[in-house]
Amino acid sequence: MAVNTDVIGKTYPPTLYAVGREKVKEYARAVGEHNPIHLDHEAARAAGFADVVAPPMFAVVYSNTAILPGLFDPEVGIDFAHMVHGSQEFRWGPLVVAGDEITTTGTLTDVSERGGMGFYVFETDSRNQDGETVCVGTWTNIVRTA
Amino acid sequence: MDTGDTFELKVTPDRYLTVRYAGASGDFNPIHIDEEFAKQVGLPGRILHGLWTMAQVARAHTEALGGAGGPASLERLSVQFRGMGVMEEEVAVTGTVREVDSERAVVESQATQGGKRIIRNGEATIRL
Repeated sequence: MAVNTDVIGKTYPPTLYAVGREKVKEYARAVGEHNPIHLDHEAARAAGFADVVAPPMFAVVYSNTAILPGLFDPEVGIDFAHMVHGSQEFRWGPLVVAGDEITTTGTLTDVSERGGMGFYVFETDSRNQDGETVCVGTWTNIVRTA
Repeated sequence: MDTGDTFELKVTPDRYLTVRYAGASGDFNPIHIDEEFAKQVGLPGRILHGLWTMAQVARAHTEALGGAGGPASLERLSVQFRGMGVMEEEVAVTGTVREVDSERAVVESQATQGGKRIIRNGEATIRL
């Protein structure tokens, strides 16, 4: 399959995500977290946080919308029906708590072709309202030949 | 914590797990929540979200190694997804401390279900 490498480096408009207390709790329950700082705002405050603490993997929730335009960008040309999530990396900075506002920018950092498959690597850079980088994600999607 | 230390987390996703995770995460891909759709595209049935399984790997690290730092201890986690996970069958996450110094530990991990690896080459950095 042919891939379009001209789009490497393409950046998409930033997305803004407001972290809500009930959303953090809902996510924490869905992934089986037991630590009360994720589930109970009073326990979180007793531990020194402003509100419930997002589990690290909550990064998926606040950052994934930043790469959606790239996945469906005709110029990139991903065949969504044959796409699988190949690998994922997150690097975390300061913890995210309910009340934070997270701005995420998505960039298509690499496009390549190996063994008849297309590899599309997106990077997301997420910052809180103080400008601190709270998470950098590297999302590798693989498109198999039909 | 010492090089060679191991840890394990076992969890069995119930039959409605993917519905709850779809709502919690915003990932409503029908292969995770619609049995008929999943079969139409050649899957055995609804499958787990890979990022839910990655969240189990993350939780295994913060629970076993996080100590007082809890979630703040997890500085980096990378995984490769392989195959597919299913509901109502135990998922086992296993990890091994590969390197440790005064500030950080590097940990290798994987997740298996029914003897098949659904996450491999997990590598994490833990702040100590």
